[in-house]
Amino acid sequence: MAQLVATLASTHHPFYLKATTLPPEQQMPQAAEWKRKVEAYRETLARTKPDILVMIGSDHFHQIFLDNCPQFLIGKAPRYDAIFYNEEREFGIPKYVLEGDEAMSGFMHQHLMDQDFDFAFSNELKIDHSIICPIITVRPQNDLPVVPIYTNIFAPPLASPRRFYNLGRAIRKAIDAYPSDKRIAAIGTGHLSLELGGPRQFMETGPDPEFDHRAIEWLRNGDIDAILDNVDHASMAKSGNATHGFLNFILMLGVAGPEGADYVDNLDLFHTMEAYFTWYPKESAA
Amino acid sequence: MSKYYVNKFLFTVDRNPDYLRRYTEDARTFVATWEQSIGPRLNDAEMSSVHSFTEAEREALINHDYVALFEMGAHFFLNLTIFIGIYDEVFMAKSGPLAFQKEFALRLQDWRDKDYPSVAT
Ligand SMILES: [Fe+2]
Repeated sequence: MAQLVATLASTHHPFYLKATTLPPEQQMPQAAEWKRKVEAYRETLARTKPDILVMIGSDHFHQIFLDNCPQFLIGKAPRYDAIFYNEEREFGIPKYVLEGDEAMSGFMHQHLMDQDFDFAFSNELKIDHSIICPIITVRPQNDLPVVPIYTNIFAPPLASPRRFYNLGRAIRKAIDAYPSDKRIAAIGTGHLSLELGGPRQFMETGPDPEFDHRAIEWLRNGDIDAILDNVDHASMAKSGNATHGFLNFILMLGVAGPEGADYVDNLDLFHTMEAYFTWYPKESAA
Repeated sequence: MSKYYVNKFLFTVDRNPDYLRRYTEDARTFVATWEQSIGPRLNDAEMSSVHSFTEAEREALINHDYVALFEMGAHFFLNLTIFIGIYDEVFMAKSGPLAFQKEFALRLQDWRDKDYPSVAT
């Protein structure tokens, strides 16, 4: 059976590449520290020598729109183009092509259906920065095939925090059951407190630093009970109108299982808290 | 009211450099063109007869009025991204990085401690 070798959950900051590749005199003061932290985080993946990346992100109205809006979707394609014109324009992220793994996508889709997660799918999925940002940060050589999974964190109504956690558990079971000798890493990105297009955007800190600190402690301790007791859609909206990206962290905790993280780091940046978590599996979930 | 159609406008224009340029340069003419021949498109072959703008929605789009669009419940991500595309460089040249984003936030300060208009469609 395949082996899950690492679960990574982090924020995806689309300006990381631009911020750390500008000429030094134009860089923000935190750029060097940011780069150091990201490169240390990258090592937590590299040392596990993965063969396939299961990547969880959320389309930001790039391919998916309100005329046809799935809650959960899996990509099943031989490869994936990435980065849309408006992301290149705004963030300066170049185009990418990622190799797919149709066999694992197909297995994952069927296994999730068998666990009563009725996934939408796409045979021609163009990927956006929610999945390319972690390629840039933790696997910039872009040398591994991916199985992309998208969640809806944007267009209400959204699935519940518990559903996101249970989906993570189901993804873990599917990885553990995959008949292959491959080493799998699961990588998901989301947000802590975040405001976009509202009165609390682009402040000195994220819109709710207290939430950010509590969220980091919950994840550090693998405390899913505290998360489910404290986090719902209304509470996330109070912490910032785009805070629902935290749902992807909850999903990733589901993949890892309710255990303390093996690696935790964070960085207070203008308008948002960056956070980086890695779990190494202690036992299989199946 | 058609939040969906307002979002469709923001979505189709933000992703297309030609539309974005025309909306930047002459919003009134472009909004009229969009309503006539772009908005009703369901796909390359089919047209849709379902949606149209209210007068207030049309005016908000013509005026690049992101405050009004926020208050109508246009999606926050689309409403921010398209106007960054139009105004970021102009503001940056005058007042430095994130100047437009901060101005955008400032103009919405009355909403700070209230429940925001729903973006559900
Ligand atoms: Fe995002």
